[in-house]
Amino acid sequence: MLGEGILKGLAETAKNFAGSFVSAERMTTVEYPEERIAPIEAARVFPFLVYDGTDWESGMRCVACQICEKECPPKCIYIEKSKDKKPDAIGKPQFYPAKFDVDIAVCMSCQICVEVCPFEAIKMDTEFELSTDDRFGGLLLDREELSKSNEYYHQIHPTEAAVVDARLTEGRAKADAKTTAAAITGAIRGAEIPKRPAEGGD
Amino acid sequence: MLETLDQVFVLLQHWLVGFLPAVLQPVAGVLLSVVVIIVLFPALFALTTVLERKGLGRIQNRIGPNRVGPFGILQPVADGIKSLTKEDIVPLSADAAVHFLAPVLLVVAVFMGFAVLPMGRNMVLVDMDAGLLFFFAMGASTELSVFMAGWSSRNKYSLLGAMRAVAQMISYEVVLLMSSVAVVMISGSLSLTKIVEAQNQYTWGLPHWYIFTPWGLAGFVMFAIAATAETNRSPFDLPEGESELVAGYHTEYSGFKFALFFLGEYLAMFSISGLGTTLFLGGWSAPFSFLGWVPSWIWFFSKLLLSICVFIWLRGTLPRLRQDQLMNFAWKFVLPMTLLNLMVTALWRFLGEGWERWVFCSAILMLAYVAMGRIGMRSGHIGPRRYRYAE
Repeated sequence: MLGEGILKGLAETAKNFAGSFVSAERMTTVEYPEERIAPIEAARVFPFLVYDGTDWESGMRCVACQICEKECPPKCIYIEKSKDKKPDAIGKPQFYPAKFDVDIAVCMSCQICVEVCPFEAIKMDTEFELSTDDRFGGLLLDREELSKSNEYYHQIHPTEAAVVDARLTEGRAKADAKTTAAAITGAIRGAEIPKRPAEGGD
Repeated sequence: MLETLDQVFVLLQHWLVGFLPAVLQPVAGVLLSVVVIIVLFPALFALTTVLERKGLGRIQNRIGPNRVGPFGILQPVADGIKSLTKEDIVPLSADAAVHFLAPVLLVVAVFMGFAVLPMGRNMVLVDMDAGLLFFFAMGASTELSVFMAGWSSRNKYSLLGAMRAVAQMISYEVVLLMSSVAVVMISGSLSLTKIVEAQNQYTWGLPHWYIFTPWGLAGFVMFAIAATAETNRSPFDLPEGESELVAGYHTEYSGFKFALFFLGEYLAMFSISGLGTTLFLGGWSAPFSFLGWVPSWIWFFSKLLLSICVFIWLRGTLPRLRQDQLMNFAWKFVLPMTLLNLMVTALWRFLGEGWERWVFCSAILMLAYVAMGRIGMRSGHIGPRRYRYAE
């Protein structure tokens, strides 16, 4: 009969209305500043720079290769390469970013910088409470503000960070083997070198 | 004592006016009542906005506003401050004078309607002999201000919204009038106080409200449908249609002018609820004779609030109609039903006291409703529409 659907609908909404007062599982609202949902691992907001160890300046993985700066679609990264080299986490002398700024007002959270970084130095953060009353300076993060420890990375993206760490150790082990091999060949060569003048002397 | 409580506002008014010289007394009395109406109903509007937002929230399993003040009851204060401090933008090509006048006229016209509503025993501002006619005249003039708003904005969405609004309001105005005429036929008066008095009688403790008669029930349902459409409430909120018309005729309004439209809309809802209460729900009379000691104004306002809650409930339930559905429903279903209802009312009047009129009148209305519903549903005028290219 005409109007039956309306009555059914009214009954449904009345059920919702009454039910919302008695059953807690009906209410899906999380009242944000007081309550929070558990952080989601796959979440990503803006990039940050990972450093090893305890000091952000000496442990920074970034070597200022500027790939991310070139790849960034909205061009929100600004890097100035250092003139000198500093030893990185494994003691190899590397360039470092004298300046590394990310304008989060421009950043679109595309994660391309993370994809292209060969040094696992830039990762996506989950921190989202970044509002500020200074819309220019407050939204331009410098390298100190961007630097976060590897432990923090493990905390926000445990699975991904474990994979990254495994890859890094493997890479470092390979590099170590190479340097050792090079050192050995060097040593052998070095041992051979004195022979040459002797040969030449012949 | 209870007598005093019932008449407390009337006595208060007399007491206050008594301080003035006799020449000024009639004018001062009217002014005082006007001030009370102008303060009371916007206050009720503020209350209703919270009630509506919280009620709709609950219907959708949300919490609703709960930040400003305890349980969010101070939300309207925050909203009011916001709309007062917002920039008032008038489009460059708009007709500034008409653009300004439209919201003002709307609110004035809506307030005029309250003048003839009896809100309690002896509590009516102007006891007009043709009160109902006056009410409808004032209600009809809100259409003008809606069209003024749409026309003066020089915006296609505004104009479309206004056209829709006027088309809708005129169509449902007819239904509204026709369903009220039945009441006038039985009570024999256009005066709203007389209509309430006619309903303020009891048989076996039950009141003689018109809703408890077959024609009254049918009339009330159609009145409620027409009232919903007349006040542009969901499911008939096409003139606003946020999703297709960017808020319709008040697209180009901001700040306090927008708030005035909002106020006007809610005031129209209150006044039409008050009229529905007066015509069909016995106005200020008690629902049972043994409750007669409760002050009359409490009954009027509880009935008013109840009908507002029903409006909110409907809004939380029904989706918006399409323009053709709206028009078809008005002209092809509700209007024929009101015309039939007039016949049935006449039959009720002339069949005299007895059980026969109950049976005949109910049977005719039920049969007509079922038959028209069946035919209408089958023909697609009011039933589900088949979309040729969407199947």
